[in-house]
Amino acid sequence: MKHLLSISDLSKDEAMEILDTAAELARLSEGAVKKFPTLRGRTVVNLFFEDSTRTRISFEAAAKRLSADVINFAAKGSSVSKGESLKDTALTLQAMGADAVVIRHGASGAAHQLAKQEWMKGVVINAGDGTHEHPTQALLDAFTIRRHLKSNQGDLSGVKVGIIGDILHSRVARSNILLLKKLDAEVVLIAPPTLIPVGVSNWQVGVSYSLDDQIKTLDVVMALRVQKERMDDLYFPTEREYARGYGLTSERMNQMKAKAIVMHPGPMNRGLEISAESADSHRSVIVEQVANGVSVRMAVLYLLLGGATFKELASSGESL
Amino acid sequence: MNSYSIKGAKDSNGKVGNYFVSDGVLVNESELSSSAKEIDAKDLTILPGFVDLHTHLREPGREDAETVLTGSMSAATGGFTAISAMPNTLPVADTAGVVEQVYRLGKHHGICDVYPIGAVTVGQGGTQLAELSAMNQSEAAVRIFSDDGHCVSDALVMRRALEYVKTFDGIIAQHAQDPRLTQDSQMNEGEISARLGLKGWPAVAEEAIIARDVLLAEHVDSRLHVCHVTTAGGVEIIRTAKERGIKVTAEVTPHHLLLTDDLAESYDPVYKVNPPLRTKDDVQALREGLADGTIDIIATDHAPHPQESKDCEWSAAAFGMVGLETAFSIAYLAMVETKLLTLAQLVDRMSKIPAQIGRYQGHGSISVGAGANFTLVDLDSKWKVERLKLASKSKNTPFDGMVLPGVITKTFNNGALVYERNSK
Amino acid sequence: MSVILNSGEISRALRRISHEILEKNHGPENLLLLGIPTRGAYLGRRIASAISEIEKTELESGTLDITMYRDDLRLKAPRTLLPTSIPGGSIDGKDVVLIDDVFYSGRTIRAALDALNELGRPKSVQLAVLIDRGHRELPIRADFVGKNIPTAKEESVRVHLSEIDPLDEVFIEGRTQ
Repeated sequence: MKHLLSISDLSKDEAMEILDTAAELARLSEGAVKKFPTLRGRTVVNLFFEDSTRTRISFEAAAKRLSADVINFAAKGSSVSKGESLKDTALTLQAMGADAVVIRHGASGAAHQLAKQEWMKGVVINAGDGTHEHPTQALLDAFTIRRHLKSNQGDLSGVKVGIIGDILHSRVARSNILLLKKLDAEVVLIAPPTLIPVGVSNWQVGVSYSLDDQIKTLDVVMALRVQKERMDDLYFPTEREYARGYGLTSERMNQMKAKAIVMHPGPMNRGLEISAESADSHRSVIVEQVANGVSVRMAVLYLLLGGATFKELASSGESL
Repeated sequence: MNSYSIKGAKDSNGKVGNYFVSDGVLVNESELSSSAKEIDAKDLTILPGFVDLHTHLREPGREDAETVLTGSMSAATGGFTAISAMPNTLPVADTAGVVEQVYRLGKHHGICDVYPIGAVTVGQGGTQLAELSAMNQSEAAVRIFSDDGHCVSDALVMRRALEYVKTFDGIIAQHAQDPRLTQDSQMNEGEISARLGLKGWPAVAEEAIIARDVLLAEHVDSRLHVCHVTTAGGVEIIRTAKERGIKVTAEVTPHHLLLTDDLAESYDPVYKVNPPLRTKDDVQALREGLADGTIDIIATDHAPHPQESKDCEWSAAAFGMVGLETAFSIAYLAMVETKLLTLAQLVDRMSKIPAQIGRYQGHGSISVGAGANFTLVDLDSKWKVERLKLASKSKNTPFDGMVLPGVITKTFNNGALVYERNSK
Repeated sequence: MSVILNSGEISRALRRISHEILEKNHGPENLLLLGIPTRGAYLGRRIASAISEIEKTELESGTLDITMYRDDLRLKAPRTLLPTSIPGGSIDGKDVVLIDDVFYSGRTIRAALDALNELGRPKSVQLAVLIDRGHRELPIRADFVGKNIPTAKEESVRVHLSEIDPLDEVFIEGRTQ
């Protein structure tokens, strides 16, 4: 693994290694060990151009539990809001010597550019770029599913996952589709036609416009946030109509399979894509997703920075 | 004024001959003065200077990207002797005053004939017709009008414009892009845009406007020109329209004859252009359309942008590619090397036919009495595109590093040698 | 390559070590065996099983992965984490016996001591190794040794165990006669 920009950067074995490493770290963290010395001396920069408290804190906790130094850069109020470009921000931070940059940005492809243009020398981890991808979210989602439905072992074959909602604008959906397919799960997208991207036929996923038709067959119900700010674009007539058709209400939840679980990447619009009862029910693993996020991000940081990075190996003449 | 004697050049059919230039015109040997400079054109091919109906010169207003001077130099480097300056400048070229300014700058520099295109609507705002007659009657003698960069999307405005230009045999050149279907669009809508999380620009947004406009042109019996066609569906509609006798002409850019939307996977904004790169099937349909005459000409849509407009994330980057210097080579690669067109047929589509559409005198042919507007090309050699060495002020070419066929060695504009390639 | 210990010799050495551990610690009651994966873990299990038989009791062996505490992490690509499992959940107050296959520079054991430090406060930490090949780089010693083998630095000592290798044997490679 060189950078983590997209789930497609990972082979199935690499994805499984991340999950296995995260499982071991989670187990250790449940015991007495809260901190490891492994990334001592490494500097991790959180480069967040979009507000995101939960993801940023999750990465910060993960880095600190591995004894890395963490620098937080929030775009609001910084030089970026005064017009400084992504490139200049990167070059400035590079001068501070970052071993890894965790970047969240509003533009699809921002993480790729940071990595490929080589504005920064460190390893790049994509924490969400526009509507493109959010790889660590997909990894923690897969980790959560595996814990509940597969006893924390192996891949996700035989698991049917329904991803419900604004697929078109969701980076979480894109990363999840790629990862779930890689781990041999069955995926069905459930949304009104206006929110399903043109071109999805190549993705080898099921597509359904009816949540009621699918709900009884799903092992995992993954509800996506309705991005209310998109309402102007006429993707559905009213929130009410959306909730009626695609909201995870208690009635729908009661139709789910006995062992099926409810997931949501957060933050939730309670009452819209998910009812309050569903969010708080025994099926919901939403809070656990957050905790798993730290273990998964620790695993990613360990596997990218714990040994020699690919750049260090390259300059010492060895290869990965 | 210099006189030239060009010896041993092949024409576009391969026939070797001699050519003579005097007082800005091609002449017989007998009319030549004795002090003519001799040019050995053995193994070179003489072609009529290329005529571009779609060039962005950026002056006035965006001289950081290009000026009439640097754009002319870029044109001459690419073998062009006539270019048409699109009006999306600052201020917009929607009055006689601005078009005359651009025209006079072109004349003053004397490197290339610059024909300003006037805006269709005031400020290219799409609601109120600009003073089209005034622009036509100005020194710039504007005949082609376009709101390029924007679509004339209001059907009534488009109808009126098509009717109005009949006064002086004018032509409306439409940038076909329904604005409601393409808000914030970043690249072709398809499998790749779905995967990359970039907002799609669906083909139907181009096709629907072309369909509407050919019917309007038929209804009011006026000349329509479709800028930069990029879709297989668009080609189909134009083919059917021509079969019905509708007076429509169309252009395609060199980059749309070669490049496809999968290049966006690198997120490198050098591939960001409007209208966007599309699929292999579209490229094939465009090539076939150019070959069978459905698409009449090649036009570059040369769109210079300063470095900082492309050195950023895709969604923040400007749309556009420079193209004057690579146009012939790319078109040759896409159409002649693939045997879809002969050299002579390609040259017609880059010179004679655009000159006819624009009613540009003095361009498009190499015959005695015609204006001395021609270029000498070495078809046996290749050249490597090095973006920093382009004559254009801007360097946003998607072909950087490519080795291309067809080296432009000299260009003559109205009898003056305006470009000569430095030998390595 | 030359074989230093065969299957019979290995099992006798482990038997003897098991008795020695019991003798030094006056019985199995406070013992906590932790094998260092991969092969140390299998040896740990064998010793636990021998002790259980000798004392007619049920003693488990756990594992302690030291990957995260290695001092040479940055020299190579990242290594896969191996499992850590502590029987009974805690090491506080226990007599911990670390078990490894080959004892060489001592850095592995130093890392294990760091790992134990994070986990709690044992009453004592002891070290059992199947092979001691010398060349210590740190001031660390073993309490229980299966066999001492003087080696040259260019040589490598390999321990094969039937749990994951074809058969039980210890051999040396790279020895010039």
